[in-house]
Amino acid sequence: MTSVGSKPKLAVWKFASCDGCQLTFLDCEDELLAMAEGMEIAYFPEATSAEVEGPYDVSLVEGSITTAHDAERIHEIREQSRLLVTIGACATSGGIQALRNVADVREWIPLVYATPGFISTLETSTPIADHVQVDLELRGCPISKSQLVETVSALLNARRPRIPTTSVCVECKARGTPCVAVAEGTPCLGPVTQSGCGAICPAYGRGCYGCFGPMESPNMAALARQWRELGVENADLVRALRTFNANAPAFRDASAELTR
Amino acid sequence: MDPETRMLPGEVRVFDPAGLERLVEALVEAGYRVLGPTVRDGAIVLDEIASAGELPHGWTAEQDAARYRLRRRDDDAMFGWAVGPHSWKQHFLPARARLWRAAAPAGQGPPTIEEEPPPERPLALLAARPCDLHAIAIQDRVLLEGRYVERDYALRRRDAFVVVVNCGVPGGSCFCASMGTGPRAERGYDLALTEVLDGGHRFVVEVGSARGAELLAAVGTSPAREEDLAAAHAVTDEAVFRMGRSLDTAGLPELLAANLEHPRFAEVAERCLTCGNCTAVCPTCFCTSVEDVNDLADGSAERWRVWDTCFSIDYSTIHGGSVRRSSRARYRQWLTHKFGTWVDQFGTSGCVGCGRCITWCPVGIDVTEELAAIRARDGEVDRALAR
Repeated sequence: MTSVGSKPKLAVWKFASCDGCQLTFLDCEDELLAMAEGMEIAYFPEATSAEVEGPYDVSLVEGSITTAHDAERIHEIREQSRLLVTIGACATSGGIQALRNVADVREWIPLVYATPGFISTLETSTPIADHVQVDLELRGCPISKSQLVETVSALLNARRPRIPTTSVCVECKARGTPCVAVAEGTPCLGPVTQSGCGAICPAYGRGCYGCFGPMESPNMAALARQWRELGVENADLVRALRTFNANAPAFRDASAELTR
Repeated sequence: MDPETRMLPGEVRVFDPAGLERLVEALVEAGYRVLGPTVRDGAIVLDEIASAGELPHGWTAEQDAARYRLRRRDDDAMFGWAVGPHSWKQHFLPARARLWRAAAPAGQGPPTIEEEPPPERPLALLAARPCDLHAIAIQDRVLLEGRYVERDYALRRRDAFVVVVNCGVPGGSCFCASMGTGPRAERGYDLALTEVLDGGHRFVVEVGSARGAELLAAVGTSPAREEDLAAAHAVTDEAVFRMGRSLDTAGLPELLAANLEHPRFAEVAERCLTCGNCTAVCPTCFCTSVEDVNDLADGSAERWRVWDTCFSIDYSTIHGGSVRRSSRARYRQWLTHKFGTWVDQFGTSGCVGCGRCITWCPVGIDVTEELAAIRARDGEVDRALAR
């Protein structure tokens, strides 16, 4: 992906987020050295204070856009990046902080901050793709370590990363977990949620709570009917949809529909 | 010579519940990796078992569309249930299997490719169901008997020992009687058991192969009496009448071919989650994809075969995009392949009537109901469009 002999330059950027996805990068214990060997980590304040100027071959972007300053900064990053990969629910859908999108952020600020006057924020939290062209999205809260390694490995080997956009059910069945909805009557967002987590929650007997956001063709109306048949009130489904991916279009529109 | 060692295929014997323990021991001693039903995570699943004590002793399961509930029986039956969420596909065609590894050490010539070695032990299936045997035969046809042989499948399938258990308690989603695939196994097994509760808990066993006879010799059996044979037949005869569902199979390929624009496909698309559960639990769905992974450090690479599903957009993506963007198109592809074009392609239906797709569909889409609905308005729309 770069001229022979030079390592690709990687930058890791942070917007409104908890840093958990960046930590997933550092959590790649077995692969971390190989990744650092294969790439020049040019900008990654979470890991190193050393800083190499752009342009960058790959930018990993964590976090959502919640301030006017960030809305400008993401354009600068895009200009300096050959490939821009968003990582995590905040960057790909707006994150849990996008709950403000269905509320009045000005009402919330005094409840949260002792000195509201210092807070300068947008009315909404929006994903990076609402502002600039994004080349690849890694979903999740946090992202999956194996999907991150797969992405880096693919980029270093000039191949397309394999990031399925099918449902969590595909992974759940692959690991042999009996369906918690069918066998236990447990409400589960798995059928409408994108795979990537390895279907962790159902493997521990609980329903998926959608942290990887909507799958490629989510049938929200059918899922809502199923949850009602399992005895779930609409208000509770709305709460389930309004978490880490509250602003992902399919979840956002379904929860709006259910509160209408 | 012990009379038991002279048992021949076709012979029928009887053993008591303790014999089942000896059967598992004999399989383990013969070097098999024994897979059988066991209770885990609220369901009867198929897993490696070390003893008959791990079998779902005294358990059953209620099944209906989108509903499965494990229940205690009021007797000691081992096999008083139908099929669970797993099928043997998980062991012959695993969800993820490495096919080969390639290493290319720097400066040491061309890469070397090392195919995945065969499994260390052949598999023994304990308590496959008659419908499962039909499903295995279908996968054999697809994966072994075509122009291209699936090597990994062949290695796992080879030498597998099959103990089928005829069905006495069909599930609410079962319709094997309609498909002609059960509840009694006709062939494809080494041993066929029927669990009899009336007149004393015992197992009537039919010998299906020479090695079945050989293994049974280690179990300790007695000759089957007339009343044992009658009791065993009564178990499966009764099961026919307790099928949860039925399907009119007359001319299904023609019916489906004549109804591609049937309004039912749009209706089912309203309900379908396109989650892929039906294809994952189906014991005959064989579609897979390959993925290549490479080690960041040493440059080695691996090729894995993974389950795929016609319910994914990517599955039908070709130059220019997916040819089945809508869930209507994807459901129609699955249903018409399973019950229609499968026959043209492989000579049999792709469905064995196990009902797993009905039970494990989160929204309870029922193939027997869908096909009946299509039949009820056979050809109306397609004929109108053709005019």
